Amino acid sequence: MALLTNCDWNTRKKHIADIDEWKKKFSVIHELAVSPDGEKISAIIKGDNDRFTPCVNGVTWPHTFEKAWSLRFGCDGRLTCLAMNDDEWTVATDDQMWEEKYDYVWNLQENRDGECIAVNIKTGGQYGVAVNDKRWENIFFEARDLAISPDGEHTAAIVQTERLDGADTVGFLEGVWSVAVDGHRWDKNFTNVWGVTFSCDSRNVAAEVRTDIRDYTIAVDGNPWNTVFRCVWEPLFNPANGDVTAPVQTERGWTLALNGTVIWDKYFNQLWHQRYNPNSQDIAAVVSPKFGKWTIAINGSPWKETFSDAVLPPVFSPDGTRVAAVIKNKGKWTIAVDGQPWDEVFDMIWNPHFSPDGSRIAAKAERGGDFFVVIDGKVGSPFEACWDPVFSPDGKKLLIRSIDDGAYYRRVCSV
Amino acid sequence: MGEPAENAVVDPGLDEQIKKLTSEKIEGVITKVLTEETAARLDVYMRTCVHCGLCAEACHYCLSHDKDPRFSPVGKVKQTLWEILRRKGKVEPEFIRECARIAFTECNVCRRCSMYCPFGIDIAYLLLVVRRICSLLGVVPQYLQDTVNSHAVTSNQMWVKQDEWIDTLQWQEEDTQDEIKDARIPLDKEGAEIMYSVIGPEPKFLAQLLGNIAFIMNVAGIDWTMPSFDGWDNSNMAMYSGDCESRARIERTHDEAAFKLKVKKIVMGECGHAFRGAVYDGPKGLGWKEPPVPLIHAIQFYYELIRDGKVKIVKKFEGPVTVQDPCNVVRGRGLGKMLRYIMRAVCEDFRDVSPRFEHNYCCGAGGGVINCGPSWKSARVKGNSVKAEQLKATGAKVIITPCHNCHSGIEDIINYYKLGMHVKFFSEILVNAMEIPEELKV
Amino acid sequence: MYQFIAGPLVWIAFAVLIVGSMYRIISMLFQAKKDKVVYPYMSLRFSLRSLIHWFVPFAGVNMRRQPEMTVVTFAFHICLICTPIFLLPHNILIYRAWGISWWTLPKGVADVMTLIVVITSLIFLLRRVTSPVVKYVTSPSDYVLLAIAAAPFVTGFLAYHHVLPYKTMSVLHILSGVVMLAAIPFTRLSHMLFFVFTRSYMGSEFGAVRSSKDW
Ligand code: HEM
Ligand code: SF4
Ligand code: SF4
Repeated sequence: MALLTNCDWNTRKKHIADIDEWKKKFSVIHELAVSPDGEKISAIIKGDNDRFTPCVNGVTWPHTFEKAWSLRFGCDGRLTCLAMNDDEWTVATDDQMWEEKYDYVWNLQENRDGECIAVNIKTGGQYGVAVNDKRWENIFFEARDLAISPDGEHTAAIVQTERLDGADTVGFLEGVWSVAVDGHRWDKNFTNVWGVTFSCDSRNVAAEVRTDIRDYTIAVDGNPWNTVFRCVWEPLFNPANGDVTAPVQTERGWTLALNGTVIWDKYFNQLWHQRYNPNSQDIAAVVSPKFGKWTIAINGSPWKETFSDAVLPPVFSPDGTRVAAVIKNKGKWTIAVDGQPWDEVFDMIWNPHFSPDGSRIAAKAERGGDFFVVIDGKVGSPFEACWDPVFSPDGKKLLIRSIDDGAYYRRVCSV
Repeated sequence: MGEPAENAVVDPGLDEQIKKLTSEKIEGVITKVLTEETAARLDVYMRTCVHCGLCAEACHYCLSHDKDPRFSPVGKVKQTLWEILRRKGKVEPEFIRECARIAFTECNVCRRCSMYCPFGIDIAYLLLVVRRICSLLGVVPQYLQDTVNSHAVTSNQMWVKQDEWIDTLQWQEEDTQDEIKDARIPLDKEGAEIMYSVIGPEPKFLAQLLGNIAFIMNVAGIDWTMPSFDGWDNSNMAMYSGDCESRARIERTHDEAAFKLKVKKIVMGECGHAFRGAVYDGPKGLGWKEPPVPLIHAIQFYYELIRDGKVKIVKKFEGPVTVQDPCNVVRGRGLGKMLRYIMRAVCEDFRDVSPRFEHNYCCGAGGGVINCGPSWKSARVKGNSVKAEQLKATGAKVIITPCHNCHSGIEDIINYYKLGMHVKFFSEILVNAMEIPEELKV
Repeated sequence: MYQFIAGPLVWIAFAVLIVGSMYRIISMLFQAKKDKVVYPYMSLRFSLRSLIHWFVPFAGVNMRRQPEMTVVTFAFHICLICTPIFLLPHNILIYRAWGISWWTLPKGVADVMTLIVVITSLIFLLRRVTSPVVKYVTSPSDYVLLAIAAAPFVTGFLAYHHVLPYKTMSVLHILSGVVMLAAIPFTRLSHMLFFVFTRSYMGSEFGAVRSSKDW
């Protein structure tokens, strides 16, 4: 976040790069990415000799690659991509390549402050995880997905610990999957493992596990809850006390369980994407109170208003007093805040961003091919393209990163 | 009633698994399914059926077996659910094996019979209830169960690992660049108009099809993307094995991929069962009335491309061609007319089939039957001689199957009945018939 | 005795029919809620579209493929339902009880229609014994139901034409009618109640969800 505190919140409009120029210069330009502070724009381009490399504000990296993809700016402003030369894959950050090379890398991720960069890797036909240029000491038959602890000190992945022959359905049910944290596997194996997540203090790991044909539960640090359910979705740690909650399915429907015990007295057709209020024990989640109707429930009480098509994960305001979520109703997207949808609807809308005091909400939206920044339901002027708006730490300014007439601008406006 | 000789098939998924069953376990599971998971439909269908046998006319198994009553839709329900209900779940393991054989390998859950029963009784639903019971008892044909296990782990049908998927796309992107200048398969392009999703066998065995779609998308100038992460597979074998929990998880992963990529719609490859899973039977299990992100089947997508002139046909396919109406997209979603539009647009000599549209015969492979594995193949192919006769009557040399199951199933039928035909996907003839604009030529 | 059979017993039978049918339908409607997918997909337009195609002879493919059965079924059901309603003697009874009456069938026509029910019932019976597909799914109860449906017509015809002792026959006729009415809600004859619902649901699913026809 230091990046945002220290960046330029005064210059009203800054021309950063002329993308139309790039188009004349390079025959291929992949998807554009912009830095969190808006000062940089980049894309992987095809340069001389059909080699690929990122171009940042018009300047290409000296290193070039046979293949490159998954380009992104970290929240500390560093630019990273996955790159291949001579059939060896690695991670490249700000034109620095990792020393370690792999058969394959994917699923590039970073922790909260961007200091830890990790990827899934394949090496010598086996699988693991590499973190900041250092692979786990243990590798596995397979390693899938990746979670990084908030402090960036630990990584976890779903791993296959034993060989499974083709079509060995019996062996499969007995369980060959587990979770490895920093390369060390849990003692127990399960039929399936999904949804690995770290606790807020980075010490514990929870995951959805399946222990039999229709026995699902949550395992925390390898120990399954005592109760099993018909099905479960991703667990989440309570930021305050390390309790684990998860949506669980019982004969009566979906509800929320804490450490294995059902805590909500309401049951739903569906329940997923729980989120904790940063300041209290409140939990908001996406629910379907009736078949084909969707809304947000807070501590099990659904909003009155429901939406026909979809509701995406809820977002709490930093002070925890308000909840917003992207919704889709009768084919159109918008944002609902505390149960009330905005009047304006869109062909697509991105996640809501609260101002630090929670009073304003801004989001990127698209309608009829034009992009907008929408603030509290009011639509701004159209852009060719834009990225999520960013509030200044004092909440008085908004950073808008957009493309107009083929050029990328960084704008700061007061709200 | 004994097992017909041709079906005395060895399948550890059934033979070994029933050895682990006890009568209490069977009764417990059946009671659970009948009380907790079924309601009005099962009850009313069972009460309403007047045992008139009119549905026999619908079923390709029955028609292909000289109207052998054991293969009539109601006959299959009699051998399974009637007994289960009459005996209130007190049945032996061997009986469960019979149920599994009938429900998994002698019914494609194609729903043709619902159009022939005067009451519109959904026999496919009833046999899916039987499959559900078998699945909870762990009695599922081994190969089918293996695809479901793959789904549960990888979210795709074929144990395709995460790196293999991306690697295959990058390889196909390169291959396409040999024909189309700077062709791309854009990965994880947030905000693209379309997410294109496929079924597991494409990257596993038929990577060329991914190249074909890259070819078509690049020529037509479509704003599209494919996810590099799980959710790229739109198929759903759990829907057929009776594993409702896995079915829901698979569909959710597919939907979430589309949410994450912020696409307006999902276009899916030429597959029928995947369409059923993603568009109308799968979403229900999660609480969606309609899929949250609209899904367009390849047939409709090609139809729109041709109709709107986004791809121009310059060299029509020569020689007599016919088509298979896949149950899950034609009876299941009324795409028969669009299918004929694109067939006529791309083929010189299109020979229609009879019966056609929603009355077309199932290929015999769908509904999870082909996924039961090679040991059931002979029974499957023998159970569909009407399909062979129907295809033969068209006089065509090539048959287009806009569905993976139909593709493989009809290939088996062609070989067994020596029809001397070739099976193709529509994209295979489209890429050869369409124009490559000058500026895209290599 | 006869007084009771011809009076209260008939009313009891009607009461059983009405109350029983209502119970069946209401409990089905409640159960359908548990089957979460039923109500959300119901569509009046597609229900009617389907019902019309199944109420009109030869409107559907299977009816055309099996024309004999179509003729027999429609003849059977039309005569089975219309004959008792529009029969002169039944009307007279109703007139005496409630003072209302309606159009009635000419005598000869009523006779023919009764015979059609009897003959088509025999055809159904024959089909059950001879057609392997039907035979395979026939249980004793199917014969009983067919007998229950045909009995009022056989006995009525015999009574009316005094072929056998009138008094006995009319008692039998009333009893068989009573049995039939009372059996409707509790046996597979309840297909009469559920037909509209099952067909509507399939029609809705095919029309609204599947964009297809279900006939
Ligand atoms: C509106 C009311 C009714 C409808 C829509 C209806 C419809 C049908 C249909 C579609 C069939 C199956 C086709 C067939 O066997 O040809 C059938 C069979 C039958 N119906 Fe009805 N029905 C109605 C009322 C009745 C009533 C009131 C009875 C007698 C009490 C009855 C007795 C029978 C019998 C006995 C069969 C079985 C024929 C067999 O043995 O195959 N139906 N009905
Ligand atoms: S295969 Fe099709 S027609 Fe035959 S019983 Fe199954 S759903 Fe009905
Ligand atoms: S056609 Fe319908 S009522 Fe007749 S036997 Fe088949 S399922 Fe039962």
